[in-house]
Amino acid sequence: MRYIEPHGHMVSRTTNDYQDMATAGCVAVCEPAFWAGFDRSSARGFYDYFRQLTDFEPKRAAKFGLQHYTWLCINPKESEDLTLADEVLAIIPEFLSAPTVLGIGEIGLNKNSRNEIKVLEKHVDLAAKHEQLILVHTPHLEDKLKGTRLIVDVIKNDKRIKPERVIIDHVEEHTVKLVLDEGLWAGMTLYPESKCTPARAIDILEMYGTERIWMNSACDWGVSIPLAVPRTALEMRKRGHAEDWIDKVIYQNPVQFMSQSRRFQIKA
Amino acid sequence: MTRQQVLDLYFMDARCKLIDLAAFMDRVERASGEEDFRMAEFRKAMRELEGKKNRAERVLLALSDPTPEPIAAATTKAACGAYPGPAAIGK
Repeated sequence: MRYIEPHGHMVSRTTNDYQDMATAGCVAVCEPAFWAGFDRSSARGFYDYFRQLTDFEPKRAAKFGLQHYTWLCINPKESEDLTLADEVLAIIPEFLSAPTVLGIGEIGLNKNSRNEIKVLEKHVDLAAKHEQLILVHTPHLEDKLKGTRLIVDVIKNDKRIKPERVIIDHVEEHTVKLVLDEGLWAGMTLYPESKCTPARAIDILEMYGTERIWMNSACDWGVSIPLAVPRTALEMRKRGHAEDWIDKVIYQNPVQFMSQSRRFQIKA
Repeated sequence: MTRQQVLDLYFMDARCKLIDLAAFMDRVERASGEEDFRMAEFRKAMRELEGKKNRAERVLLALSDPTPEPIAAATTKAACGAYPGPAAIGK
C-alpha cells in the first residue's frame, strides 16, 4: 500500500510517528500551518514556526524517506487580532519561494466572526497574487455548517480563484455536497471523537464518489491518529473495495490536487 | 455490500455505541443539578434517528448553528457541539 498524508501537523508529533507512517506506506506528508494550542505573542513567533515548517521538518521527515511539504498562513483561531494577522501576512511572501511550500493554508474560519472573514479574504488575496493553491480549514462542530457556507462564498466572490485549486477540509455529511457542487475539492479528516470516523468517511465516498476528495489524519497535539489513513484503507478492504479504488482516494487524488503546484514532485 | 455483510461488519460496533449512548443518558439523569442547552439539543437530534435516509446528515444539521450571519467577534476558540442560541454567541 502507498499513500499520501495530505494534512498532518508533524511539528506536534514524535519522530516515531514519521517512522510508523513510512513503515505503513506513506510517501509524502503535507503540513498546513495551524494553531499551536496557545496564541503566539508576536509575528516573530510565526516567523520561527515558518522556518520550522520549511527547513527543519523536511529534514526530519527525510530521515525516514518521507517527502515533506507545507502550507503557510495565520490560523483562523488567531485571526481575531487584525494587527497581528497583518504582520504575519506580511512575512508569508518571504517563505513562498521555499522549495516545499505548496500554498496558503490552513486558512478558513473558526467561530465565524467578522474579523476571521476579513483575514480569510486577505489570505485568498495573497494566494491569488502569488498563484498559490489554497487549503481551507472549516470550523468545528456546531459552527461547521455556517462556516463552510461563509467560506464557499468568500472563495466564489474572488473571481481570480479557480475552484479546482482549492480544497475545503474537514467536510462531513452535512457539508460535503455543498463543497463538491461548487467544483471545489473536499477533504475528510479521520478523528476518533470529532469530524469523520473511518466508517463514516467511507460512507461518504460510497455516497458521493471518489472525484475531488481525499482523506487525512490531521494528526496534531490533540486526540488524533497519525496512521488513520492506512487504517481506513484497511476498512475499505473489509468492505470489499478494489485496490484501485483505495489507491485513488489515498494516493492518486492527493497527487492530482497537489501536482497543480510545480513544487510537488513525488520521487520514484 | 449486502445488508447481511453490513450487519456482520458493523452490528457489534453499533450495539456498543447504542449502549454507551443509553448509559450516558442515564448518567446525566442520575447526576445532580440542572442540564444545560446541550442535552435538549441532543434529545432533539436523537429524534432524527427515527426518520429514513441521511440520518447522519440530519443529526449534524440538528446540532448546527442555523443562522447565516457572521458573529460580531470571537470570544472563545472552542466549539461545544450544539447550538446555544443567538444570545449565547453574541449576535
